Amino acid sequence: MGSKPRLMGYRRENGTMGIRNHVIILPLDDLSNAAAEAVAKVIPGTLALPHAFGRLQFGEDLQLTFDTLIGTGVNANVAAVVVIGIEPKWTQKVADGIAKTGKPVAAFSIEGKGDLQIIQEASRVAAMFLQDASGLEREPTQMGEMIMSVKCGESDTTSGLGSCPTTSQAVDRWVAAGGSVFFGETSELTGGEHLIAQRCIDDACRDLFQLTYDNYIKVIEATGANLLGSQPTQGNIAGGLTTIEEKALGNIAKTGSVPVVGVLKPAQAPDPKNPGLYFMDSSSAAAECVTLMAAGGAVIHLFPTGQGNVIGNPIIPVLKLTANIKTAKSMTEHIDLDVSGLLRYEYDLTVAGDMMMDVIYDTVNGRLCKAEVMGHREFTFTKLYISA
Amino acid sequence: MAITPPQFLLHHDGDNVAVVMEDMQPGILHGRSVKEGTESTALLNHAIPLGHKFALTDLAEGDAIIKYGIKVGLASAAIKKGDYIHTHNMRSYRWEASRA
Repeated sequence: MGSKPRLMGYRRENGTMGIRNHVIILPLDDLSNAAAEAVAKVIPGTLALPHAFGRLQFGEDLQLTFDTLIGTGVNANVAAVVVIGIEPKWTQKVADGIAKTGKPVAAFSIEGKGDLQIIQEASRVAAMFLQDASGLEREPTQMGEMIMSVKCGESDTTSGLGSCPTTSQAVDRWVAAGGSVFFGETSELTGGEHLIAQRCIDDACRDLFQLTYDNYIKVIEATGANLLGSQPTQGNIAGGLTTIEEKALGNIAKTGSVPVVGVLKPAQAPDPKNPGLYFMDSSSAAAECVTLMAAGGAVIHLFPTGQGNVIGNPIIPVLKLTANIKTAKSMTEHIDLDVSGLLRYEYDLTVAGDMMMDVIYDTVNGRLCKAEVMGHREFTFTKLYISA
Repeated sequence: MAITPPQFLLHHDGDNVAVVMEDMQPGILHGRSVKEGTESTALLNHAIPLGHKFALTDLAEGDAIIKYGIKVGLASAAIKKGDYIHTHNMRSYRWEASRA
């Protein structure tokens, strides 16, 4: 590695470090999307995060929606939050969960007032939040203060050969610097789950990992479905991947060589006193997975792709890298780093890792990644079961 | 470290499948293993696109397909050395119902 990079981020009220400075308009539920999007139109520069759920959910499924909403607001890339819901109780619950960080939060509920009055009231607060956030200055930071997440998509055989091993370089370097990294995609470890189990730091971690994996797979296998086309996806198959086991080994090739220090529930934040590589129980669907990881506190995401997944996230930069020369050439507006030269032996993995770190450093310091430039803001909830 | 770009890569020596690095026509290809760096040549029987696999050995139906030094599936039909391998002649051994 070269000289120590100069990294600058936003220190939040609770001490966490962000690399973006979003003021978000967060709907509690699908019914409040229209008002939230209207506020973001009235006050350009704020960001509405519409989504499809939040009504008639219950039990663990409801809890995961709360954890996702609150975690998104808590994320260090977010400076301030306006929460809008149809009714006051759950709206306030989400606002209170976010307010624990000390960041500015306001809650508005629509019933009894109507969209137009709420849009006006919420816009006044959003305007104030945006102006205050714009006055915040970046300060020096380092990798150890931030959480990175990794998840690949529309993988092909070049992923396991090039883009995932390059990501591994970044994972190992990030953890060596004292930072934390999330990986997940529970079903996509199938055939290589023993490799992850072996890397768990102790028996408690290993047992929890195995239980988490087994429970997820039970649900999938109980359907008896033919998963070919779903997992692996049609894109994976077009790219030459044939089985879940083959895809899983490519997926695992991006997790570095460091031990797994903990297992997280979906959207759960890690223990800040115990940094390292964490497994987060999650779907392998790109937008669901990245949404959960951002809710768990990740501020930057590395996304290796083969055939060219275009996913982004509203609050965290999603950096794409590929080792597929065709994808690198045909989808330049989506690809942040082309490491296809690795497969032509133009440079080695350490050099590819250096190239990756340079892109990461620039992105941390504020340079927009391709997904941000292209307006990819997928905010997608994981549903555990049907609504009541 | 510049070398002639390999036409195929296998992850480990001992893998019985390799991946082509460009759209390839049938013929004798040159390639290497990523882990050990062993250079080799191999026969390809079919035209296959970038990223797709072919057999480095003869395989009987039910034989393990090895990539990364690990079993990643089973041959679902007899496969000859050099043959294209994909969903038509390979399946998951973990998800029995997942087959073409």
